[in-house]
Amino acid sequence: MSPVISAKKLSLTFKTNDGPVHALSEVDLDINKGEFISFIGPSGCGKTTFLRVVADLEQPTDGSITVNGKSPAEARQNRDYGYVFQAPALLPWRTVQKNVALPLEIIGMSKVEQEKRTKRTLAMVNLDGFEKKFPWQLSGGMQQRASIARALAFDADLLLMDEPFGALDEIVRDHLNEQLLKLWSDTKKTICFVTHSIPEAVYLSTKIVVMSPRPGRVIDVIKSTLPAKRPLDIRETPEFLKIAHRVREGLRTGNAYEE
Amino acid sequence: MKNSAEMKDGVFNRLYQGKALPVLMIVSIIIVAWYGFAVWLNAPWQVGVYERAEISDWTASQFVVDTLNQKRPVLPSAHQVFVEIWNTTVLKNPTSRRSLLYHAWITLSATGLGFAIGSILGILLAVGITHSRAMDKSTMPWIVASQTIPILAIAPMIIVVLNAIGISGVLPKALISTYLSFFPIAVGMVKGFRSPEQIQLDLMYTYGASKTQTFWKLRWFAALPYLFTSMKIAIAISLVGAIVGELPTGAVAGLGARLLSGSYYGQTVQIWSALFMAAALAATLVALVSLVERIVTRNLGAQIIGAQTKGAN
Repeated sequence: MSPVISAKKLSLTFKTNDGPVHALSEVDLDINKGEFISFIGPSGCGKTTFLRVVADLEQPTDGSITVNGKSPAEARQNRDYGYVFQAPALLPWRTVQKNVALPLEIIGMSKVEQEKRTKRTLAMVNLDGFEKKFPWQLSGGMQQRASIARALAFDADLLLMDEPFGALDEIVRDHLNEQLLKLWSDTKKTICFVTHSIPEAVYLSTKIVVMSPRPGRVIDVIKSTLPAKRPLDIRETPEFLKIAHRVREGLRTGNAYEE
Repeated sequence: MKNSAEMKDGVFNRLYQGKALPVLMIVSIIIVAWYGFAVWLNAPWQVGVYERAEISDWTASQFVVDTLNQKRPVLPSAHQVFVEIWNTTVLKNPTSRRSLLYHAWITLSATGLGFAIGSILGILLAVGITHSRAMDKSTMPWIVASQTIPILAIAPMIIVVLNAIGISGVLPKALISTYLSFFPIAVGMVKGFRSPEQIQLDLMYTYGASKTQTFWKLRWFAALPYLFTSMKIAIAISLVGAIVGELPTGAVAGLGARLLSGSYYGQTVQIWSALFMAAALAATLVALVSLVERIVTRNLGAQIIGAQTKGAN
């Protein structure tokens, strides 16, 4: 089976006033269907840039990448992925339901079908009953869940998540991680998840991609040996700590901790 | 209000806690100052009047009363203006040429038409400037330059040129309002259309939304708070534009015409009452825009729109 995302010698250099910044340097990566991939690394390692290249939000300067066997631009036009940003970015003048329906309005789906879809995706993130609320009436965690529901609205098989829980507190974050895992196992989607939290990466992923900055590159790809079913307290098992240790080692060898 | 339960019902308490007292204070200070200036400025004329009539035994109180009730005072007193406004509004048929309401209506119709054209023009310009870099570079300097020309200089030319091509009536005056009012709308809306955050634009891009869809679903709503702010400025200066448009043309009707005929015949009371009418009109128009803003905002989520795009915590 061909991979969902396949990057070959993918490079991206930003031209800035302080000279070129090598955000991505010769990244080779295959992501298969149904995987939960975490990208971890310090800021500037290119993890978000990689996701943005997949989403056609940035153009690579060298190498090649395919998404569902197509170019990122074609994949985007085909609505092959859902993207969750760092901030919920809900439109404040729309209700939760209308926010989730936004991508569906854009593809010109019928009102009846829109309603069905939004109802289903809101239920997936446990926001049923909040359809008529406005974003400012929700907590930060609920807002981010609404934005996940919105990303699920196309029902694309690929979900790209860029530090979606980065701005939330630990307790809310644990809760959402648990829900996200359930969502992933229920829907069998392929998820690319950018984070800078080691426990989050290890807890969620089937594969962890450790990255390092200047130039942004892949240091290590770790296959998780954890079982598919993961209660929150799995984070105290030796197995979990072993993987977390390897991630930390990867980050260290990539000089990620340099001052 | 949170502390409404603590508030006592007494008139004095309500005065003390509400806005009424400070407002009353300011108004009374202005009125006292007004009367002071009226006596002072009208005094020389009054002295002349007494001399010509060879009255020498006038008292101070009589002098004050007389200065405040001259027929053509340098500065009319407040009650003279009030009486004039009362006589020309309440006591006159609104369709009569002697009614101030009639003249206000003439000016108002030009204001409204000019404001409407100006708003549409301003919004269209802003749409073009937001979407076309070439238009941004080429038109923006002209838009700014247009406002550096004194309106008093350009108003007669607009009227004359339009008259020459057969356009007369309310439209030439309205176009002077337009000339002034399109500017704040255009500038405000350019800012408004550019106000969506990058993350929101990225979002629309990932949906494969067209420029038109991005405009109607994102930019337009994001720009609404800017629209109402600019409209409040625009409607007030539309009124100024309409009045100025009446001045150089020898218009026979409108608040501008009242100002003009008042100054021809030294009718300062008439000038001041026209000025007050213009001020009241401007305040009403701005309040009207605010009201529409409140209704629209309420329908868009009962929250200050555009204020909340990031997470709550």
